[in-house]
Amino acid sequence: MTKSDWAYVSNDLIYVSLFTFAVAFFLYTFATAFAVRTNGMDRSSTIKSGRVATIFFTIGTAALILGVITRGVSAERVPWGNMYEFSITGALTFAIAYLVLGRKYDLRWLGLPISILILLILGTAITLLYRPSAPLVPALQSTWLVVHVAAAIVSGGVFLLSNTVASTYLWLDRMERKGERSEFAKRLPSLEILDQLSYRLVAFVFPLWTFAIIAGAIWAEAAWGRYWGWDPKETWAFITWILYAAYLHARVTAGWKGRKAAWLSLLAGSTYLFNYVYVNIWGTGRHTYSGL
Amino acid sequence: MSAPELQGTSLLRYLWRQLTSMRNALILLLLLGLASIPGSLFPQRTQSPLKVREYFESDPNVAKWMDRFYLFDVYGSPWFSAIYILLFVSLIGCVVPRSWHYAKESIAKPAPAPKVLTQFEYHQEFAGDIDKAEAWLRKNRFRITREKNSISAEKGYLRETGNLLFHLSLIVVLLGIGASSVFGMRGEAIVTMGERFINVPTSYDNLAPGRFFDLAKMPPFTITAANFDAKYDAQTRLPLDYRLDTKVSESPDSQPVEKIVRVNQPLTFGDTRVYLQANGYSPLVTVRDKSGEVKFEGPVPFLPQDANLSSIGAIKVPDMSPQIGFVASFLPTAARDEIRGGYSSFPELLDPRLLISVWQGDLKMDSGVPQSVYRIDTEDMERIGLKGLAIGESYSFEVGSITFNGVVPWVNLQVVKDPGKRWALFGSIFAIAGLLASLFIRQRRIYIRSNGNKIEVAGLALNRLPGLEDEIRKLVENDQK
Repeated sequence: MTKSDWAYVSNDLIYVSLFTFAVAFFLYTFATAFAVRTNGMDRSSTIKSGRVATIFFTIGTAALILGVITRGVSAERVPWGNMYEFSITGALTFAIAYLVLGRKYDLRWLGLPISILILLILGTAITLLYRPSAPLVPALQSTWLVVHVAAAIVSGGVFLLSNTVASTYLWLDRMERKGERSEFAKRLPSLEILDQLSYRLVAFVFPLWTFAIIAGAIWAEAAWGRYWGWDPKETWAFITWILYAAYLHARVTAGWKGRKAAWLSLLAGSTYLFNYVYVNIWGTGRHTYSGL
Repeated sequence: MSAPELQGTSLLRYLWRQLTSMRNALILLLLLGLASIPGSLFPQRTQSPLKVREYFESDPNVAKWMDRFYLFDVYGSPWFSAIYILLFVSLIGCVVPRSWHYAKESIAKPAPAPKVLTQFEYHQEFAGDIDKAEAWLRKNRFRITREKNSISAEKGYLRETGNLLFHLSLIVVLLGIGASSVFGMRGEAIVTMGERFINVPTSYDNLAPGRFFDLAKMPPFTITAANFDAKYDAQTRLPLDYRLDTKVSESPDSQPVEKIVRVNQPLTFGDTRVYLQANGYSPLVTVRDKSGEVKFEGPVPFLPQDANLSSIGAIKVPDMSPQIGFVASFLPTAARDEIRGGYSSFPELLDPRLLISVWQGDLKMDSGVPQSVYRIDTEDMERIGLKGLAIGESYSFEVGSITFNGVVPWVNLQVVKDPGKRWALFGSIFAIAGLLASLFIRQRRIYIRSNGNKIEVAGLALNRLPGLEDEIRKLVENDQK
């Protein structure tokens, strides 16, 4: 197969995965809506559709893995050279993080918000960010691409997951303060578990994010002659780091919990997103590889 | 109610305690994040001086006020420095006493078990033997304080070590960055193919030495730029590879060695490195006066304006009287359309054209005001000719002629001495090691009290990581075997 054949295969796989995630999304919605309507009476069919949804979610993830790999094959390099490739890989790590954690904790309830987010990411990638498969510009031709970008993508996926959990926390917290949880919300974990989970995800991935920044600095030293230059992307990576560092201190040392901590983690996570969207598309600096 | 008067040492002590309190450290941390934002929104002098100049040109008043608040030099501004210096003072004030405390604690035994255990986690009672429990704890390498009827056991001291290592490493990183800016240097030079770069201050187009950098002690290397090869994608026109072939001598007497420089592959001379940063074209021209005498000859570096390397430049001939200047643009692959006029459609030399307008008058090169080598101030000059030239063509104007002989590429070499970067790197590596230890090592205590043949056990997960429940379960199971 030629390079462009592989590129077509990759595109098809990404479409298949988008479609499968859409099916999973409808099933999750059905399970959720049914759970609310039946008022907790008969849950067997909702549980079943929840399980089927997770199966579709897994198939979607598998198609996405293959889509990302074939994209890399078509370009003869790791598929992290522009925003389209970064987005599909980011959606993939997000989906994998959910599936892996879902085996450990009971997170089936998270399927709905997560499949919405994945559909949004993939949809934006396909419609707005798509660029034909192409070789890398000289500054990106480095082994550090693999290390630095992989660490950044995985960090992003886990930060996003932690933020999804924190948002759920805030939503349920508000509901509980107003009165009782709705029938659907009763099936979700307790506030305490959500609070802990959101924190554990950050604590797990913060060293990796630190590593992503340091690997980037080592690479920048080799490519641009300085390891830190306050390039907009570097600055915002630093801000994300600072905010998550503050979050960890606030939790571990100052004893923050619950609502305050959840808001701080949402703020920190949104700086990552801002960095990705704003700096790549409208920013100036040297990190503008979106190809847009 | 009268407020206690704060003065002298008590005031200092009060301020110190404020500064090193966790709450204020958190505020400083958040402030540092907030303070870095403007630097990403406005152009910074150190990165894009040209964009800063545009601000001054388009709205001088606003720009002047922005400049007063250091919005073009955010990361060197007094307010930014104030925040991070306070933060690091706070960090030192927090970590150093803690290290001292920790050093004492790391050889001490845990405090004896408290009288009442019910308020701790996973409290339970069972029938068992306290000595058996102690043996299990020792086997699992807990540090133990045994009293007759109680045990206090602790494990996971490395977490605190990691925590301190992380914070101390950050100080090392900061010192490294500081050392670089004081003892280091960075400079840039444009070198046309065939030229030789000798590492002395006068070779540089711009040079920024640190305060304690000794200009007389620059490493005496020379770099001869032999050949520059740039490959571009035919469809996207994006660069695929830049490669500079050089002959390098470490010192004037050593044999030149052939070396290749690429974007991710700089040259290294001790702790000085040379990077390939930018490239462009230098048209080769010969300017003659009316009698045919050569008044100027050689390559003139032009400044690229876009990805297709449309370039602008100036050829100045001060030796003619009146003086002659050529305001020129160079197109490596000339194309033309209605809107843009002449432009370049590809960065390689497929159809090179030199477009010149000839100006006669005062070049103002002796006015003392530094001038751009790429531009001519034509205010006091008169235009006497206009022409587009392909390679080999000549153009005669009233007082002379110009011949376009060919094109050679130039590269921009960036020379950097960064003596602190090693420290910054070591600091970062230790910081990550410390971070991993402080986030993933479980520090926990297990308390045991015996009361006849009844045993009470409870625990305390000092950094709230899960796993203690399991451990206590195993302890109990072992005791009941």
